Amino acid sequence: MELGASGMFVPVQTVGMVLCCICGVAMAPNPANMCVRCLRSRVNITEGLPRHGAVVHCPECRSYLHPPRTWIRADLESKELLAFYLRRLKPLTRHVRLVHAEFVWTEPHSKRLRLKLRIQHEALHGAILEQSHLVELTVHDQLCPACSRAQANPDQWSAVVQLRQHVAHRRTFFFLEQLILRHGAAACALRISEADRGLDFFFGSRSHAVKFVEFISGVVPVRSCSDKQLVSHDSKSNIYNYKHTFSVEICPICREDFICLPPKVAQALGNLGPLVICTKISNSVALLDPFTLRSAFLDASQYWRAPFKALLSSRQLVEYIVLDIEVESSEVTVGGSRYSLAYAQVARLSDFGKNDNIFTVRTHLGHLLNPVDYALGYDLYGANSGDLEIDLPDAVLIKKSYEEKHRNRSGKARPWKLKSLNMDVDNTFKGRADEEKRNTEYEEFLRDLEENPELRFNISLYRNKDYQPSETSEMASTAGGDDVPSVPLDELLADLELSDGEEENDDAGSMME
Amino acid sequence: MATRIQFENSCEVGVFSKLTNAYCLVAIGGSENFYSAFEAELADVIPVVKTSIAGTRIIGRLCAGNKNGLLLPHTTTDQELQHLRNSLPDQVVVQRIEERLSALGNCIACNDHVALTHPDLDRETEELIADVLGVEVFRQTIAGNILVGSYCAFSNRGGLVHPHTSIEDLDELSTLLQVPLVAGTVNRGSEVIAAGMTVNDWTAFCGSDTTATELSVVESVFKLREAQPSSIVDEMRKSLIDSYV
Repeated sequence: MELGASGMFVPVQTVGMVLCCICGVAMAPNPANMCVRCLRSRVNITEGLPRHGAVVHCPECRSYLHPPRTWIRADLESKELLAFYLRRLKPLTRHVRLVHAEFVWTEPHSKRLRLKLRIQHEALHGAILEQSHLVELTVHDQLCPACSRAQANPDQWSAVVQLRQHVAHRRTFFFLEQLILRHGAAACALRISEADRGLDFFFGSRSHAVKFVEFISGVVPVRSCSDKQLVSHDSKSNIYNYKHTFSVEICPICREDFICLPPKVAQALGNLGPLVICTKISNSVALLDPFTLRSAFLDASQYWRAPFKALLSSRQLVEYIVLDIEVESSEVTVGGSRYSLAYAQVARLSDFGKNDNIFTVRTHLGHLLNPVDYALGYDLYGANSGDLEIDLPDAVLIKKSYEEKHRNRSGKARPWKLKSLNMDVDNTFKGRADEEKRNTEYEEFLRDLEENPELRFNISLYRNKDYQPSETSEMASTAGGDDVPSVPLDELLADLELSDGEEENDDAGSMME
Repeated sequence: MATRIQFENSCEVGVFSKLTNAYCLVAIGGSENFYSAFEAELADVIPVVKTSIAGTRIIGRLCAGNKNGLLLPHTTTDQELQHLRNSLPDQVVVQRIEERLSALGNCIACNDHVALTHPDLDRETEELIADVLGVEVFRQTIAGNILVGSYCAFSNRGGLVHPHTSIEDLDELSTLLQVPLVAGTVNRGSEVIAAGMTVNDWTAFCGSDTTATELSVVESVFKLREAQPSSIVDEMRKSLIDSYV
């Protein structure tokens, strides 16, 4: 006795067997009243479905053509390829229902793909029949237009970004190189080459170049202009191929530059004393008046409206020794950094011990300097004021120097290292002569990085596996009065090495900045 | 013996003819082939009458009868009624009944002793059936279909029902009708049994689409193979012989 949902007695219904009307085998009744074999032999639901097909495949980039023009990246016998081919089949299979599709394995170099589809469709009298259907696809190899273009001329670029800075040193470019590496902005660059006062980046498409220019203008103040040159054109389809050139000029003011502002600019900034130091370059220029601790920011467009050059740059820094310091005001925070005004008695290191030339100068480094410290600054002792009707100070101190301590460590490896972009170096005679200069500049740049944590902010430093702290250097660091600034270990990234023979570096110990 | 015939290229012979143990009604076709087929089998045994009912040729589905009587729908014309009364043997009572469901052949399936009817048939009609045909009347459904006259065909010896009939239903019907029943098809898988064939106690006519298997089922359940020693007969006929004398 079976009770239905409402408690009613519902008799059990057992389905009986009938004979198939064709072959007479006993079977359960179905709408066609024929056994499955007879039904299948009489009705073929796969007629009208294609049994052969062709796909076009690009062997370089392993993509498949979706006519007329799209190329879809897919691996052999992957589900993307399956989806791609089923989409192409869709209009032909509209009248049947596709239940299952899979690839039958074929040898990859046979250039054949086998697809097994299971189709469901109504056979006569409403019986639904399920049948499997095999489609054989022939793969034709053909280079897609992008690969053929790349193969014809691998160095073919269609946009170039020419980055220039008209100064005598390359500090900005070292810094930019590290920034670019960190953010991967030059990932699409086909080639990078060094030029006289800058770098050239070659890209395959204009949009990549534009993206790169946007990135650069976000980190340094630049002005850029662009132009294009017609390479070829197809007048019938209105397709024009250009070579685009972006000329990007970086502002020539660098950190620690000593600047005399032109009167108009000084007035525009609220009568900022014409003698200023540049403290920071990001996408705007930060200026600080060392005698009044006033600061100002100039962004790129403001700067380029009335461009000015630096009077003295960091190559002309001279070493001073601090004899006495008198702090005048308390520590102030200006633009993120701490300064305090002080009067200092300094003597040039070249004068020290030889004669009695002592200068009393006002400096903004009161919080850092102590007697018997070394400082770097600009020597204005013998300078003429010329047109300016101001009193020139004898010297302007810029930063504290750790030269002595560095001399103890000279030649020793650092516990960290930097990566570099692979660029085509200029190997002419002139280039080789500059190499020594470049090495000293690079060494100074590394020292700069050590001393300034804010410079390190956007740069990735990697642990130097070859560094072994030797005993002598350890002793020297503990013996010295104040520590030589060095990069704390937790800021270093473990470098991931992916070469075949070596094991991967264990990243467990490294922490991101 | 079971014969395969066609009415003007249609295999639904049960629609155009009515066969009982006492008479046979045949529709008027364009050619005489249909009538000749019946004549050849039945000429000297029972009268074969050509007629129309309500001016139509679908006489098998409009009337219901057995050896005792014949029931006609209210749409039958007087001339047809008179013609039938004249042509049929005297012991057959020809009666025209007033019934809302006028396709009596679809609503009533009967042999000489029992009748199965549409569940919605009028009470008076039921009584008339019992009277005129001299049968016991049961209201039933077959495999959930209410048109019992279409989905089953039975004689005094056996019966064939809709293929989807469950085993319990089959048992129940079998006990009601007191004849062996089997679920099967005619005309190559068609479920409308009574439209595809017509049968009496010693002969059956099926549509020409009927396969050999179906024909063998028909012959075995209606016990039409008496001339042959039945103990040797297979259930499944392998050969394509459809009839023999």
